[in-house]
Amino acid sequence: MATIGPLADAIAELVGDGDTVAMEGFTHLIPFAAGHEVIRQRRRDLTLVRMTPDVIYDQLIGAGCASKLVFSWGGNPGVGSLHRFRDAVSNAWPAPLELEEHSHAGMANRYVAGASGLPFAVLRGYVGTDLIAQTPNIKAIVCPFTGEVLTAVPALRPDVTIIHAQRADRAGNVQMWGITGVQKEAVLAAKRSLVTVEEIVDELPPQPGAVVLPTWALTRVAHVPGGAHPSYAHGFSTRDNDFYVAWDAVSRERETFTKWLDENI
Amino acid sequence: MTDWTTDEMMTIAAARTLREGAVCFVGIGVPSTAANLARRTHAPNLVLIYESGTLGAKPDTLPLSIGDGILAETADAVISVPEVFNYWLQPGRVDIGFLAAAQIDEFANINTTVIGDDYRNPKVRLPGAGGAPEIAASCREVIVVVRQTRRAFVPRVDFITSVGFGRGAGDRERLGLLGSGPRCVITDLGILEPDPVTCALTLTKLHPGATIEAATAATGWDLAVADDVTTTAPPTDEELAILRMLEATKGRKQ
Repeated sequence: MATIGPLADAIAELVGDGDTVAMEGFTHLIPFAAGHEVIRQRRRDLTLVRMTPDVIYDQLIGAGCASKLVFSWGGNPGVGSLHRFRDAVSNAWPAPLELEEHSHAGMANRYVAGASGLPFAVLRGYVGTDLIAQTPNIKAIVCPFTGEVLTAVPALRPDVTIIHAQRADRAGNVQMWGITGVQKEAVLAAKRSLVTVEEIVDELPPQPGAVVLPTWALTRVAHVPGGAHPSYAHGFSTRDNDFYVAWDAVSRERETFTKWLDENI
Repeated sequence: MTDWTTDEMMTIAAARTLREGAVCFVGIGVPSTAANLARRTHAPNLVLIYESGTLGAKPDTLPLSIGDGILAETADAVISVPEVFNYWLQPGRVDIGFLAAAQIDEFANINTTVIGDDYRNPKVRLPGAGGAPEIAASCREVIVVVRQTRRAFVPRVDFITSVGFGRGAGDRERLGLLGSGPRCVITDLGILEPDPVTCALTLTKLHPGATIEAATAATGWDLAVADDVTTTAPPTDEELAILRMLEATKGRKQ
């Protein structure tokens, strides 16, 4: 059974220095408020895992929370580069950032393997690319039935996965819909999990196409309305595209970023 | 209407390459703009797949990201990200992969990872692979859209993020890649297509006002030029009007 309680308590209990942390949400339902709480609690030396480390990880990296990033695409979607991510990679500011780089197909399959209790996943991927030479855990594997050479990537097993969803009931069963990305797999792959939700209701109403995560598969649920902003929660808010566009200027220089951090987090 | 920019010409030329009814895997930026332009002009039944898991999206306004709400609201189906890559892309169900590039070389290999020779200490750190390596491998064909400059059109990309034709004819087959690779590269100056024998990119079309000299000068290798270079039809009033309407609504809240 998941414990329902305040966000700060959940982060204090679930996220420790040096942990491997996945915050997922594919453009939609990104757990920004939880990321900000990790910054406030000054976690350090985290291995951050995420398919698309966008603005949320730019903030965590710039705030000095991370020492390693496992990812497949690091940018501000539709806007441009992540300046804090770039500064960490190029100038080790505020701390050096080790990279482990994949493709989306590889990362998605690594979560599937983790959720499935398997040591690795098999896919047709990466062949002919220079990623293989830079990322040691992309390996060739021979199909035992056909002899075909395929690609293997190891399972992702985060210490904790954090996601945002639309609703939970009072028992801690979680319901989300719209673009649900890789969140189910990321939660089931992790040792511990936290879901922040827009609302807590007596009973989850039927919702076509919804993903339901049962309370017994989760560790913590926190009621955080608007917890995805500037990302969005389908049915509750729309994506604050102006924020993403404005982030480019805020994050470009260390001074403007630090000022933003001081004033807003 | 005679007044148009070379970027508008590039997007319109890209839209024209998309066949009515084709299934198209769309990245954000020019590919998304061009695909939505095609859907409003000659290809109303073009099927758009965005990697966020929106299958058959029909947005009224242009999304800023691959996961804007308008995509989920208008999709035939919203599916998980593992499903997009495993069930739909990997087995070869997608006709056209539509990619952008920071660097591209003579054999249409694409770099979106790092500029510079040293991966660990790059001159410029780019966003990385995203869905591109498997899109380039598994779609039946690939269309690339990129502005033509010496910085982007390099003899050899610093990092192969997505494979075009590798080091030349036969490489895709040797690597066991499912799709047939890049069909064309659309730039702000013209259109390049792989030579049927060598797979080297060859200038086959120029946009109105562009010259062979300009295209050659904007290419970092000795660009092959077809014997019969033709001129792209200029943008029509309808194409321009729809494109400008789309750009004006980009990322707009519904």
